[in-house]
Amino acid sequence: MSFLSVKNVTKVFDGQTALKNVSLDIEKGELISILGPSGCGKTTLLRIIAGLETPTEGTVEIKGRDCTKLPPSKRNFGIVFQSYALFPHMTVEQNIMFGLNQQKNLSKGERRQRCEEVLTMVDLYEHRKKYPPQLSGGQQQRTALARAVSLKPEYLLLDEPLSALDAKVRVKLRSEICQIQRRLGITTVMVTHDQEEALTMADRIVVMNNGSVEQTGEPREVYSSPESAFVANFIGTMNLYRKEGGTYGVRPESISVSRQKRSDGSQLWPGRITEVEFRGPLTRIYGRLDSHEPICVDMESEKAESLDLRPNENIFFSVPSKEIIKYPENEAV
Amino acid sequence: METLNHSRSLRPAALTMGIMTLCFLVILICPMYSLFSKAFLAADGSFAGLDNYREYFSTPALSVSIGNTVTVSTASAVLGTLIGFLYAYGLTRTNIRGKVLFRYAAMIPLFLPTVVHGLSLVYLFGNQGIVTGLGWDIGLYGRTGIIISEVIYTFPQSFLMFYIALRYADGRLYEAADTMGCGSFRKFRSITLPSVRYTLINSLFVCFTLAFTDFGAPKVLGGSYNVLATDIYKQVAGQFDMNMGAVVGTLLLIPAVISFGVDRITSGKNSGTISSKASRLVIKPSAARDAVFYVICGAITLSLIIMVAVLFMGAFTKYYPYDMGFTLENFRFNDSTGGIQSYINSIIMSILTAVFGTVFVFLYAYMIERSKAPGFLKGLGKLFSSLPLALPGMVIGLSFIFFFNQQSNPLNFIYGTVVILVLANIVHFYSVPFVTASSALKKLDREYENVTDSMKIPGWKGFFKVIVPLSLPAVLEIFLFYFMNAMVTVSAVVFLYSAQFKIASIAITHMEEAGDIAQAAAMSLLILFVNVAARAGYEVLVHRIKKKNEMRSLAEETSGERKKRSALKVQEA
Repeated sequence: MSFLSVKNVTKVFDGQTALKNVSLDIEKGELISILGPSGCGKTTLLRIIAGLETPTEGTVEIKGRDCTKLPPSKRNFGIVFQSYALFPHMTVEQNIMFGLNQQKNLSKGERRQRCEEVLTMVDLYEHRKKYPPQLSGGQQQRTALARAVSLKPEYLLLDEPLSALDAKVRVKLRSEICQIQRRLGITTVMVTHDQEEALTMADRIVVMNNGSVEQTGEPREVYSSPESAFVANFIGTMNLYRKEGGTYGVRPESISVSRQKRSDGSQLWPGRITEVEFRGPLTRIYGRLDSHEPICVDMESEKAESLDLRPNENIFFSVPSKEIIKYPENEAV
Repeated sequence: METLNHSRSLRPAALTMGIMTLCFLVILICPMYSLFSKAFLAADGSFAGLDNYREYFSTPALSVSIGNTVTVSTASAVLGTLIGFLYAYGLTRTNIRGKVLFRYAAMIPLFLPTVVHGLSLVYLFGNQGIVTGLGWDIGLYGRTGIIISEVIYTFPQSFLMFYIALRYADGRLYEAADTMGCGSFRKFRSITLPSVRYTLINSLFVCFTLAFTDFGAPKVLGGSYNVLATDIYKQVAGQFDMNMGAVVGTLLLIPAVISFGVDRITSGKNSGTISSKASRLVIKPSAARDAVFYVICGAITLSLIIMVAVLFMGAFTKYYPYDMGFTLENFRFNDSTGGIQSYINSIIMSILTAVFGTVFVFLYAYMIERSKAPGFLKGLGKLFSSLPLALPGMVIGLSFIFFFNQQSNPLNFIYGTVVILVLANIVHFYSVPFVTASSALKKLDREYENVTDSMKIPGWKGFFKVIVPLSLPAVLEIFLFYFMNAMVTVSAVVFLYSAQFKIASIAITHMEEAGDIAQAAAMSLLILFVNVAARAGYEVLVHRIKKKNEMRSLAEETSGERKKRSALKVQEA
């Protein structure tokens, strides 16, 4: 039995369907990431798991009990919102003690000790007397995280936890959150629109689009064998072609270019380079096939430089047959 | 399978909301219903249809009042708006100095009852007035006096509206116009005026409505020039013709309802014109322009100061204008007109109004904006909360007598006590505090309640420990607004006070009627004093809160910058 099960949940807001028959099992101790573009229903799903919204249809079970209509205060979770929702008039310590002081079963000393523990865990102990506006974005984020886990909740919900931070801090916090999550062994659901965040942090990814789950799986699995054209295109970049009633996809990094016709088991697609874009370690080559479809290729910059590729040059795009993914249904791309 | 199906914690919210809605029903909807039913009933209680209205319009003396009221209101609306606009323009778009002083001076009329504006005019332009004595008789009593007095009354309202509208300007528009070689007048006509057009419309309607429904000024200065507000008073307090009073009451509602509609249509339209990317307007130096506005703003400020100065003169002289010796005798009030007790009563009433009004408004706004109460109660609450804007004080006062004075009403016992005055004031001045409260509540992070819920903190505790402390400036503003307005109001309470509980603003009216104008001036100063003190107290508290907040965000110098930087990066990504 899963720790938390969402079963056939549908949510309609004023005639707008936000979630369509969504089912999801979350195992104890895992970090699951709900990934999708804005408006795909991922936050609604999180809010239903928290009890902040009630589904129109379907059930939410926690540890085998139907908790669909259980209010948030009766569930046992911690939550970090995108805005953190820290109380600006309370110090870091007071923010955490506010909830702990409600725990009447703990002695005063125990509450203090718990507060100290979580503050040390997020490395904010020496900042405990500061007010949130005095903290950096990353510190605020960690305060919110400390506050969320201070009551030892059964599960942790993170709503776009890193989106308000700048790129460097974001990368650093990713691993910090993962470490804390693993240390506490706490079941965690994280909503994000950032595929990189989902790929690096999650044990499993749930890709959502238009209120439905497109695919669920481990990061590597979702990346290497996307089950739909949407997933393929949303996670990483995918060249998609529609042929004979089917859709075919191939990752840009699987393609190479060559000036000569070679035969090494790869398909050779003749085309023309339209643009060469230097992106640091990688260089992306945009081109157009003779059959008029656009194509893009990622290769190491060093290699691209040695080839000395120029726009308008005619070239062969070499695509290994085994890297071509075929999608059965004729999807809109 | 075990099903945990606790009702979501909406029961306390729904209950609170339900009770508050019921309160509203009792103090707003029921009285209004009484008023309308009275207007369509004959004196003996039988249904009269439109007979009362027919009678009203066929009585020449009464229907003349309509013409008079429209005349003075139109004149006041145009002049009040014009002066308010010029003053606000001077304070926002020129480089004159002393803007803080000018801004506070513009508030003077708000600190005094409208009868006192009239009183000051009597000292200046009355039969024995200072200016009249110098040989210039403007013929104060009647139309002229009412118009001048209403302009003083409406000026701060129109000034504030324009001040807010003009203060936020998009500097880019003016820079663009400069690069196209537009002259000052062209810029004024093509950028400034269009940007405040809705404020202009709103100001005209608001000023018109204020003048249309004001009771104080025509009471003191009207003489034989009758307007609707004084008519209603004569019908009800003089002739006990309740049905005719109700008819006039419904007529008073007309401009207020139109103004309400206009406000609904135009509200929000102004704010939409300024984008977040707007740059600050840099005011160019222009000595000629500044000189003109020194004269305009200076003259207006001087007039307002003179208004208060003559009150001092009247209050501290023995027998104006015959014996100008200094005295404190005038502060020894005759008991027949209310005495010092009326002043104490006013303060008690205003504090009660402010306390209960603030609690009610803030809690109701919280319930509507942020609680989990059922949607239909929230919708009803929003509707109820917008209505008082369209209700003139006299109409509220009148409808309160009709409703609470019925022998069959179980709440009849509050009639004649301070309770009914407080309730009338809470309803009368409800709309502005409600807007203040709901916009403050909307600005707070949407997720606070969800966070406290997840931390298992009860709703009431989150409300008192998080929401209230973070909304403190708005709460203080509401408190002050209720207090000051309760101190100066006449129109709503003129029907409701009793001989046992007289209040200062009414006492001034009676002193003035009895010819004790020196005492009236003395009482006005006392009201001015307490209002200035309240305002000063408010400023000190708000200043302290601001300082505290600054201190809380100061320590790490770059946290603000860092946030900006990260916001920029997110935009780029």
